[in-house]
Amino acid sequence: MTHAPNSLRTGPDERGHFGQFGGRYVAETLMPLILDLERHYRAAQADPAFKAEFDYLLKHYVGRPSPLWFAERLTANLGGAKIYLKREDLNHTGAHKINNCIGQILLAKRMGKTKIIAETGAGQHGVATATVAALFGLPCTIFMGAVDVARQQPNVFRMKLLGAEVVAVESGAKTLKDAMNEALRHWVANVHDTFYIIGTVAGPHPYPELVRDFQSVIGNEAREQILEAEGRLPDMLIAPVGGGSNAIGLFHPFLDDPEVEIVGVEAAGEGLDGKHAASLAGGRPGILHGNKTYLLQDEDGQITEAHSISAGLDYPGIGPEHSWLHEIGRVRYEPVTDAEALASFQKLTKLEGIIPALESAHAIAAAERIAPTMGKDKVMIVNCSGRGDKDIFTVADALGVKL
Amino acid sequence: MTRFASAFSKSPALVTFITAGDGDTAANLDALVAGGADVIELGMPFTDPMADGPAIQAANLRSLAKGTTTADIFAIAAAFRVRHPDTPLVLMGYANPMTIRGADWFAAECAKAGVDGVICVDIPSEEDAELGPALRAAGVDLIRLATPTTDAARLPDVLNGAGGFLYYVSVAGITGLQQAAQASIEDAVARLKAATDLPVAVGFGVRTPEQAGRIAKVADGVVVGSAFIDIIAQHGDAAAPHVEAFTRTLADAIHGAKEIAA
Repeated sequence: MTHAPNSLRTGPDERGHFGQFGGRYVAETLMPLILDLERHYRAAQADPAFKAEFDYLLKHYVGRPSPLWFAERLTANLGGAKIYLKREDLNHTGAHKINNCIGQILLAKRMGKTKIIAETGAGQHGVATATVAALFGLPCTIFMGAVDVARQQPNVFRMKLLGAEVVAVESGAKTLKDAMNEALRHWVANVHDTFYIIGTVAGPHPYPELVRDFQSVIGNEAREQILEAEGRLPDMLIAPVGGGSNAIGLFHPFLDDPEVEIVGVEAAGEGLDGKHAASLAGGRPGILHGNKTYLLQDEDGQITEAHSISAGLDYPGIGPEHSWLHEIGRVRYEPVTDAEALASFQKLTKLEGIIPALESAHAIAAAERIAPTMGKDKVMIVNCSGRGDKDIFTVADALGVKL
Repeated sequence: MTRFASAFSKSPALVTFITAGDGDTAANLDALVAGGADVIELGMPFTDPMADGPAIQAANLRSLAKGTTTADIFAIAAAFRVRHPDTPLVLMGYANPMTIRGADWFAAECAKAGVDGVICVDIPSEEDAELGPALRAAGVDLIRLATPTTDAARLPDVLNGAGGFLYYVSVAGITGLQQAAQASIEDAVARLKAATDLPVAVGFGVRTPEQAGRIAKVADGVVVGSAFIDIIAQHGDAAAPHVEAFTRTLADAIHGAKEIAA
């Protein structure tokens, strides 16, 4: 793909950096493999057969394109900009995660790797990875924090049904970042035959780039769909950001359209002065899990625990391209609390008959805040990144309902 | 002669690793020197030690749970340097705690505390700009890691800017678990020594005097870490005599290795 000389879509540079962010901060043992992955990815990008197989699977297996739904009742209720929902919740396995997993397992096959590993927090990426591993007949090991295993039993069972081995990680805080540490430890000892399917736009280069490219199908479709529906580009995009793969997937095809305002939504948990997962609002640049990016950390650089009601946003870092887009001001990042997300979860469900994932509910909450301030002639696209069936126990618990 | 050059000049060197702030670190450092350690690596604890096995992970968390700060680590290092003017001291850890206040700050603190070298697990040569120039400008050696996956094409990059000694990670894996086959170590050390004048120390998975002695026949140094961490985990603040005794068995096996072989 070629872009204008001043394009914001040309990153990362050849060393994997987006401005000061990104890079390849990994142990020497992994470095040759990372370089090998990059070579294979470059070859795949140049191979029409790779793209054809990716597109075929997205269409016939994932069910793409996902619809762009005009949320008429939500729009009327808020009384401002027209709100369209990009329905990633309708994908096979119920979220955007599968787009990336399809791309990466095709790369694994291309590289001749015979085993698949992945980390997971709530289990959504684990389920998506186990799904593609089943489809391609490859053995699959999912690393999941022991705390998450205990609170996400339905997804643990799904992964096992799909044939994956689920390893409960007992180290550290026993949540997502520890699952990623353990996946890296396993990978370093098994680099010869194992492919690591990272679930978000983080990790060492080229992961942030290739995950973004696989997820950009979201924004490419949305662009075509909004042009068809409205005859013009939207005034605003809104997406939730944990690591930020669904958000970058929606945003990236619009980065060079200055008339499109872009908003990423960070999880503010109990509030920015309490426990939260807003790496940009409450963190600062550092190095973790192979890349330099904004991190929640103390003054000595020790990583602090994130908190969000949404397990998918419960990570103390953010993808490096988001850190860069934040610093150059192209994307505005806003915090949304647990309580706001919970209210929007219920509101969208009642008004549109769509139960959003708690991650997506954060973006809906930001839309509720912003849409009424915009004219009725304005148009926004909100990424409904996943469906909320997985969250009903969490929501019931938060509402004091016993199931 | 630098402390490193001196430490590697006589016989194969015993390089030992313990985690700062885990147990009575000052007493354990003294015990390592008394037992015959030639080089000491002091681990900087990190919340997310992704290259370490269970033993060193647990040591990191024990240390952090006690509230160990970066300032504490430099205080430990500076006090060590006063008590032991000749033993080379290396700080080993992860990029984030080393760079969070800026590489220049870290390098200056190392120099001030009498730290001879730094091993940063997650800064490969590709990202050298993050830490390497600052350390070299401050006169602190950046010790690089070579691994079984470091091929001939990469090796010159790994060696470029490296100082002190070259640390050969003998297994593709994490600390403290598997051990490498002796033959593969011999091949690797020969390959590395052909490419550099730096001393080559071999580590990862070395737990017994017998293993250490075998490796010392071909390498310039042998690194032992997790076995010390296990002793400290078992004996807590009273570990020093046990650390010293174990160090002595390793030192005996390593220091005599080449004479016995010859």
